[in-house]
Amino acid sequence: MSIYFDNASTTKPCKEAIEAVNRGLSELWGNPSSLHSMGVKAQLAVDESRKIIADSIGCESRCIYFTSGATESSNMALKGSAMAYGKRKRRIVTSSVEHSSVKESINELEKSGFEVVRISPDKNGIFNPDDFINAIDENTCLVSVMLVNNETGYILPVKKVFSVIKRRFTDVVTHCDCVQGFMKIPVKVRELNADLISLSGHKIHSAKGVGALYIKKGIRLLPIINGGKQENGIRSGTESVPLIMGFGASVKALSPHIEEHYRYVSELKKYLCSRLSELDYISVNSKSDASPYIVNISVSGIRSEIMLHWLESHEIYVSSGSACSKGAKSGVLDEFGLSQRLADSALRISLDFSNTKEEIDKFVDVLKEGQQKILKSK
Amino acid sequence: MKEIILLKYGEIALKGLNKSTFESIMIKNIKYRLKKIGKFSVTKAQSTVYVEPDEEISDLSEAVDVLKKIFGIASICRVCVCKKDFSDICRQSSEYLEDILPYAKTFKVTAKRADKSFPMKSPEICNQLGGFLLEKFPNLQVDVKNPEVTVTVEIRDTNAYVHAENIKGAGGLPVGSSGNALLLLSGGIDSPVAGYMMAKRGIHISAIHYVSPPYTSERARLKVEQLCEKMTDYCGNIAFFCVPFTEIQEAIKDNCPEEYFTIIMRRIMMEIAQKIAEKDECLALITGESVGQVASQTLSAISCTDAVCRIPVFRPLIGMDKTEIVEISRKIDTFDISTLPYEDCCTVFTPKHPKVRPALSDVEKAQAQFDFEPLIQKAVEDTEMKIFYV
Repeated sequence: MSIYFDNASTTKPCKEAIEAVNRGLSELWGNPSSLHSMGVKAQLAVDESRKIIADSIGCESRCIYFTSGATESSNMALKGSAMAYGKRKRRIVTSSVEHSSVKESINELEKSGFEVVRISPDKNGIFNPDDFINAIDENTCLVSVMLVNNETGYILPVKKVFSVIKRRFTDVVTHCDCVQGFMKIPVKVRELNADLISLSGHKIHSAKGVGALYIKKGIRLLPIINGGKQENGIRSGTESVPLIMGFGASVKALSPHIEEHYRYVSELKKYLCSRLSELDYISVNSKSDASPYIVNISVSGIRSEIMLHWLESHEIYVSSGSACSKGAKSGVLDEFGLSQRLADSALRISLDFSNTKEEIDKFVDVLKEGQQKILKSK
Repeated sequence: MKEIILLKYGEIALKGLNKSTFESIMIKNIKYRLKKIGKFSVTKAQSTVYVEPDEEISDLSEAVDVLKKIFGIASICRVCVCKKDFSDICRQSSEYLEDILPYAKTFKVTAKRADKSFPMKSPEICNQLGGFLLEKFPNLQVDVKNPEVTVTVEIRDTNAYVHAENIKGAGGLPVGSSGNALLLLSGGIDSPVAGYMMAKRGIHISAIHYVSPPYTSERARLKVEQLCEKMTDYCGNIAFFCVPFTEIQEAIKDNCPEEYFTIIMRRIMMEIAQKIAEKDECLALITGESVGQVASQTLSAISCTDAVCRIPVFRPLIGMDKTEIVEISRKIDTFDISTLPYEDCCTVFTPKHPKVRPALSDVEKAQAQFDFEPLIQKAVEDTEMKIFYV
């Protein structure tokens, strides 16, 4: 049996999602924009998913816009709001550890003339909320901070930062990439004080190719995709009814279990860390108060890729860094204060509620064996 | 630190011997709405309702958003619960206000001492707590006239409460305290606003809508259902009646003079609405008419429609401008739904030149050319009912 510890890259679609996608493809294949009843039925299915997702983050249905995934959501959010609100106010504040979809979107905006302030953690890898707050000025249009870092599981102080910003600079637009937090830790729009939230389907057991953007009522985005004015004109293009149905189905299945899963995965993380502490030359890079779903470790002296392939040969799947960067170094671990040596040998073990302690035992055994073998052959 | 919500009454406080009836309806409404979002205990004491979260996950901000839409509540305060001990009040309030005070420039303290046995008098509390907070937050200055933040301390029977924010409630009377009425809901901007305004006076609303397929589309009906769902935020559960109206409209078109189409249609709608109101135990009808807005809303047209009514027809928007109505519809969040572009039955077979000042005798004569009674009976029988829950 293979062991899948790469759940921050993508997750196995759950049966509820598969059934919903299937129903969308075989039964509800009408165009949601059609006036006839086939269209209406498809639209109702889309709206049902919209309601489920809205309920899960505590907002109204019509604040949820479906996209092709979180990358598109974040592009829409950042570029769309910068275009709408950044005519005179030209500063954008963000963290230095964002996912590439946010990082690159903001890089593009920087090229077009925005001033970008990137806040780094301190030398212990901890973000100080005041650093963000102090970087905001009258000239700031947008601030984007992720909730859970995808490489280390670090939880950023988004609540604190956004709540103060919203109080002092009411017209600064706040965006939060919640991809690694959604359905794992409680994500509520009101608590986060976020105007824009990016969500992904395939990280929570739905299909790839679907995501959502929460847009607070009253926030105006200029669309970056133009066409038939679907999704209230914000995201044109015929809605992917089956994928959206699948997205809704998996949120519906997971929502009631967020806490239960959190407790279980926390146990798994604790167990993993205690088993790893039996081994030499292993360091856990994730903080103890990070999201338990992501555990970043370094196997001293062995390059990430080599260990990754060794584990793979035993049907254990982990990731070297963020899977989006295809193994390319993202620099995020450096930002968190990891030495070059540790960053080069980092592995990301990302857990799921379907993983077990037995899997962790097997993983630790194989890791230990690999460590001895590879170090000896050096 | 424990945070709860205090609710202050508006008009209910003035209701002499009937006060407890209003109070208990309001508390029932509050409990019912809060049940959806978490476990809260709701109790009353000293003309104030206390809402306490029973679990840590019960979200107070979510609760505030729900409470803002419950009629009968004049104001809402999120408060920090302190012991009736001045040092505890100081300690808790500096901690509780940590997210607000460091970022404000000016503030003042006010005190309400409902429990007169508390050893310090109100001005003394203000002075000393103000001094304590000034020391704790050196960025602050006192401004009693126009402060950015007003810190309020309430000394009540069992505890003291501190808050810095007074949120305006929906006002009015609790829904259900004034009986039931049936709202004619077209899907436009006005009728949801009319429903909201009567609900504000404590009326429990049911809604009636007329559909004329194939002239009106399924989407038009869905839009009205969406409006009903939205209205439940303020109005509570709504029974929605959907009347098949095609045959009647076709009969009007085939048998009556064109200039009277709309007025006869309105009279028949009222007739059907009264029959449904009777069944649903509604004592009045509500419409979103405003004088002079369209041809069927001139005084003569309204009196022609009213001639068929045996129960009161409330028209809360009668003296309002469109812009005022739009403003409320935005506030209650029905505007975006109302402006979705689907045709409703009022615009089917609209005459080119409707009679602006119809005489009742002419209208009656025009309507008498056909016996609508069997069709009306059938429409009432075929009416579908659906309940929208909060």
